Amino acid sequence: MVQLVDKISEIRNGKRVIVKKPELLAPAGNLEKLKIAVMYGADAVFIGGQEYSLRSNADNFTLEEIKEGVSFAKKYNAKVYVTTNIIAHNENIPGLENYLRGLEDAGVSGIIVADPLIIETAKKVAPGLERHLSTQQSLSNWRAAQYWKEEGLERVVLARETTAAEIKEIKEKVDIEVEIFVHGALCIAYSGRCVLSNHMTARDSNRGGCCQSCRWNYELYRQEAGQEIPLFSDNDVPFAMSSKDLNLLKYVPQLIEMGIDSFKIEGRMKSIHYVATVVSVYRKVIDAYCADSDHFEFKDEWLQELAKCANRDTDYGFYKGLPGYQQQLFNESRQKPSHDFAGMVLDYDEETKMVTVQQRNFFKIGDQVEFFGPNIDNFTMTVKNLYDEEGNMLDAARHPLQIVRFQVDQPVHRYNLMRKENVHAV
Amino acid sequence: MPVPELLVTPTNINDILPLIEAGADAFVIGEMRYGLRLAGEFNKADIKNAVEIAHNHKRKVYVAMNAIFHNEKVEELDSYLQFLQEIAVDAVIFGDPAVLMAAKQSAPNIRLHWSTETLGTNWYTCNYWGRKGAKRAVLARELSMDEILEIKENAEVEIEILVHGMSCMFQSKRPLIDNYFQFQGKQMEVRQSGQGYLFLYDPERDNKYPVFEDENGTHIMSANDICIIDELQELVDAGIDSFKIDGIFQSPQYIIEVTKLYRKAIDLCVHDSNQYEEEKDQLLEKIIAMQPQNRGLDTGFFFKETVY
Repeated sequence: MVQLVDKISEIRNGKRVIVKKPELLAPAGNLEKLKIAVMYGADAVFIGGQEYSLRSNADNFTLEEIKEGVSFAKKYNAKVYVTTNIIAHNENIPGLENYLRGLEDAGVSGIIVADPLIIETAKKVAPGLERHLSTQQSLSNWRAAQYWKEEGLERVVLARETTAAEIKEIKEKVDIEVEIFVHGALCIAYSGRCVLSNHMTARDSNRGGCCQSCRWNYELYRQEAGQEIPLFSDNDVPFAMSSKDLNLLKYVPQLIEMGIDSFKIEGRMKSIHYVATVVSVYRKVIDAYCADSDHFEFKDEWLQELAKCANRDTDYGFYKGLPGYQQQLFNESRQKPSHDFAGMVLDYDEETKMVTVQQRNFFKIGDQVEFFGPNIDNFTMTVKNLYDEEGNMLDAARHPLQIVRFQVDQPVHRYNLMRKENVHAV
Repeated sequence: MPVPELLVTPTNINDILPLIEAGADAFVIGEMRYGLRLAGEFNKADIKNAVEIAHNHKRKVYVAMNAIFHNEKVEELDSYLQFLQEIAVDAVIFGDPAVLMAAKQSAPNIRLHWSTETLGTNWYTCNYWGRKGAKRAVLARELSMDEILEIKENAEVEIEILVHGMSCMFQSKRPLIDNYFQFQGKQMEVRQSGQGYLFLYDPERDNKYPVFEDENGTHIMSANDICIIDELQELVDAGIDSFKIDGIFQSPQYIIEVTKLYRKAIDLCVHDSNQYEEEKDQLLEKIIAMQPQNRGLDTGFFFKETVY
């Protein structure tokens, strides 16, 4: 007996099941990361092409790679969105039409856009592409959301400056898909309203040249009556504007209840280990809540799992209101994640119990390693033996991308990942 | 040749008349509840008063509503716009589309200028906002002279640029100075007070960036003042519609004197370009002599290449 109880759920066999599941949207800096993100549970990925994207340092996708990514994602019913969210200058106008047509032909589901130039050009030349308003527009209120709905956009990505109450009100008042950032690094400024890089290093932050000047250290003074008065003493830390990373894992149930359409994980520059870990944890929490919301219990082990790949402290951003100093980092060097990515499983022989692994970081006999992946429960074991491809015995896997074999008693699968505890981590 | 508008920012109502005498054609005023980084606070009564004075002298008043709005303020935009329409302000400056929505609904006859400061970087987008109702686009400060000229060539709306003053490099919603002091366990008055201002010192570039907090968040400003009083001819010839002098953090006397010099420069460009060539270096010298301690002059991005 199926009984609809509200807009997002129904009762099945006595359980409240969420039928309006949010999309889990993951970053994919390259084709390998795209595949991992999709296999580890992303419903959609966002990638950057060779132009018009905001990460000029990322190893962005060629059109051929985009096609391959789209067809891979399709096998998992996942979508591919392409970031085309630069604030364009005149010189970026030629070539735009062809680029957008190419994305449409490649089977891309949508583009993430900020500049009306690109919004309108896409509608004209590549109408098959969904258009999602980028957070570069700093959309912070429901009337602006209404504006973009009337402009025909399918989705708006809200400003990272919106609180839970604001997000909820926007979703309630405007019938448009709403995407929010749930995890990852944050700009300390309103996106699109920071040109520190332009002024300090002549690199255009709104076209992908951001050099993160906001994370440098400064000294704060008062200029008064011809005097420069330092507002710090020798023992004080420098003035800094670095935000802790966002982590809304605990609020996934609340966001699902609000009917938020897409949960975005930031980080096209992040490692494969990071993407796999964060995606799989969010996947687990979303699935657990949606399967039986009334009996859902948040497990701290999920947060511990996230810590294995985190290289910065995390917090709630604006979710609970205006962030204070507790949501910022002062004079802290980048912390090491508790775990390092050690290898990727290429093959497993059930009879001999031998795994074939591509090395991604040094490990040796005697090391404790942890395997994880979408189709196994995490487990930890000690590496007892180690061989190269020819079967020669090794004491350690020293070379990047080296293929090695060793015994693993529990079954693992291709694309499972292996990590080991980082001994230097605090 | 059309004469470009000289647009200035008074710090209070008493500046209006002297600025008119100094040669200003139009004024940007407003209050921080709706507008960003204003040279002074003008409440409704001040705005009404300013409009009367300006209109008596055939000058214009534009009111800034260019904040990034959150839900809490979007429902009061209508009544503010209606008030501005009733007192016949000459335009409203907006960046957030919420203002466009409110204007369409509640003040359909009000003239709109589009300005987000950082997002006006290509001619197509200027024209886009023109099709949505804006009569003018204010360009980003991070554009080269060539980019500005190409935008003007292709623009279907009026084009306004900053020719003199500080420009904003950064706006955060967070109270960053307050947070810093709280982190250090210090109590400190960080809001803008009458005397002095705060700045961030960047040791690597030896730059000093003014910084302040208000209800729109934390704003970081450029280390130098843009000044292109000696580079106006090409822009005047191209028909750029409005030249703005931003007086934020400056004294009324400074703004008045700078306005006089730009008035002269613009008039020479229009009527006697040879004489402008003769005099432009002296005009620049006069501004250099007036610059406050700590505020250098530069030409912004007019002649600077940016990469990405």
